[in-house]
Amino acid sequence: MNNIYLDYAATTPVDERVTAAMQPYFTQVFGNPSSLHRFGQQAESALEKSRRVLAGFLGAKPSEIIFTSCGSESDNLAIKGAAFAARQQSRANHLLISPIEHPAVLNTANQLADLHGFDLSFLPVDKYGRVSPTEVQKNLREDTFLVSVMDANNEIGTINPIAEIGGICRERGIYLHTDAVQSGAHSPLDVNSLNVDLLSLGAHKFYGPKGVGALYIRSGTDLSPMLTGGSQEFGQRAATENVPLIAGMAAAFELVQVEHDQRTNHILPLRDYLIKQILTKIPSSQLTGHPEERLVNHASFVFEGVDGNLLISILDGTGFACSSGSACKTGDPEPSSVLTHLGYSPSWALGSLRVTLGKDTTAEDIDSFLNVLPGCIHQVRELKS
Amino acid sequence: MTPPPSARVIVGMSGGVDSSVAAALLKDQGYDVIGMMLRLWSDTGTHNRCCAPDAQQEARYIAGLLDIPFYVIDAQDHFYQQVVIPFINGYTQGITPNPCLNCNRFVRWDFLLERAKALGADYLATGHYARIQNTAAGPYQLLKSRDADKDQTYFLHVLTQNKLSQTIFPLANLTKKQVRKLAEEYALPVADRPDSQDLCFVGQGDYRDFLRKSSPSSMKPGPIIDLDGKSRGEHPGLADFTIGQRKKLGISSPEPLYVIRKDLKNNTLIVGSREYLGQGKFYVDNVNWISGEAPADPIPANVKIRYKSREVPSVITATNSNTVSIQLDSPLADITPGQAAVFYQDDFCLGGGIIRSE
Repeated sequence: MNNIYLDYAATTPVDERVTAAMQPYFTQVFGNPSSLHRFGQQAESALEKSRRVLAGFLGAKPSEIIFTSCGSESDNLAIKGAAFAARQQSRANHLLISPIEHPAVLNTANQLADLHGFDLSFLPVDKYGRVSPTEVQKNLREDTFLVSVMDANNEIGTINPIAEIGGICRERGIYLHTDAVQSGAHSPLDVNSLNVDLLSLGAHKFYGPKGVGALYIRSGTDLSPMLTGGSQEFGQRAATENVPLIAGMAAAFELVQVEHDQRTNHILPLRDYLIKQILTKIPSSQLTGHPEERLVNHASFVFEGVDGNLLISILDGTGFACSSGSACKTGDPEPSSVLTHLGYSPSWALGSLRVTLGKDTTAEDIDSFLNVLPGCIHQVRELKS
Repeated sequence: MTPPPSARVIVGMSGGVDSSVAAALLKDQGYDVIGMMLRLWSDTGTHNRCCAPDAQQEARYIAGLLDIPFYVIDAQDHFYQQVVIPFINGYTQGITPNPCLNCNRFVRWDFLLERAKALGADYLATGHYARIQNTAAGPYQLLKSRDADKDQTYFLHVLTQNKLSQTIFPLANLTKKQVRKLAEEYALPVADRPDSQDLCFVGQGDYRDFLRKSSPSSMKPGPIIDLDGKSRGEHPGLADFTIGQRKKLGISSPEPLYVIRKDLKNNTLIVGSREYLGQGKFYVDNVNWISGEAPADPIPANVKIRYKSREVPSVITATNSNTVSIQLDSPLADITPGQAAVFYQDDFCLGGGIIRSE
């Protein structure tokens, strides 16, 4: 298959240096980090080294990093864990989130409201999907225990002013969680300048393996564990640690930091060129999300009167892998709830396209994509429904 | 017909053994194969049986085994307009429509074919049991399957020369038994999907419940009378009955009674003994001639008035390019307006159309 991959926001290939870093922990250093003997100690040493790598780059203490199975689990633990601890300790009951959060946050918050009686309210967002710190200030209540606002949106790439939002929450003594799963590959994340108490990461978005994530938990933040059992991960998450995947996550995260400037300098001009060309070449097209405050690899559009699902299929058949907020493998297109929230009508929202670039994307890839995209869109528009 | 290998073919996949083997055979022959399934409309709270989640999952799994791409394309609005509305209207008008015919004509060999072409395909393939043949000079011909039990030309008589030229039936020369064996050889699952020639869009429900909602007049109780005008009871709704039906009338009578006619205006079902049932001549509309041309003179042909009924000899006279009159050699009891009459000479399917209401 020679298809060109332009869906790095969905997932990324594991860097070969990362697979190499994982190798010893499958068969050689296989011990259980909780075991007392040398086998266990070697595994534990790898685990703690990985924790220190993440902590170091995030500006956190090692004891503030716990490993999970994925970004979604990190979001679940942050939100449910904070909710149940708040209920037990302070009787605070109110949770404030952005309406265009990833489903891992949105559906977790909805479940807390529907099944457990928590009071959930949503922050307004502007036409780019940004949450304004002033609105956070206005919407905080006496009984608010948590605000959750994503660092960058997966669908439209917009980056939120997390540091300012965090400053406001901090003054009021309310926890701020941010889902940084999409930004993990791009932005240097510093938990102190971001003013966050909880931050979720998933390794497979930054050339690490699938099945491993992490949650930063600021010291003193009360969370009830969601996975109960042994006392691994400072009692915040039971289960024998997945040492090979954790080692992979740490290796991948280190590469993100070390190669950050080089990757950004490569991707950013390509993305800007792509956006400019698409908006020029394709009639009735719009960029979605913020024009500047967006992920460096992220380009997202809507095209009026286009079946996004069909467009993605045709592009795939032509050799380009992209995604769409409305596309769904089951052929049941719904206008993306993110775009609907931003005020796009169904005739625009159904025709969304997300093109996300990776560190190995080339100018030739983008040019050949730009050669076929206008034709594909024209074709889809011509088909009678 | 030998399309060039490496040509791109879209295979309509259902997750069942037939379309899976069709896809496997094409892949083996060197075609660039892409699997597709249409998301069809279904009644609220139900899944369309042709694309239910388990069918999709199975088709996806099979596409994975064959290492071919697979896409589900949304056709819900189109299917509703072209198949479901005519189905509802048909019952409202007192006929017994066959939605699969409209689906093949306006959804598979139109909507899907167009999208297949947009995906760069040269051909559309399906797991139907039927054959296409063409000679250098002559037109494309549609022939019955080698497996007489499985032959599906009844549903395919709607195909025009243009559509046939873009169609491949990979199972053309195979029997169901051979297809099952091939599935085993290809290590594909051999499960049959529920027969797709069925009312896929009412889910597991009863089509009568669906009609009660969408065509209330067709499911309104009314009188049953006999040919002398004598009351013989009450029916639950005309849509529940077809011409020639004997079961479920709920009448005790010394001689068996059959549905002879439906009087739509008075919502009355007219019953009588078998001798009043036979009909030797009837008309067919919306005729498609596979050759593209109606015969100038009356032709002898065998005609099939339901998918599973036997063929009977007749003489067919084209009254214009898309209407025919059919004179049967001996009368048939269950000629049902709305169903298809399909014409054959030996293995050749000549065409067919929709039986007209009197």
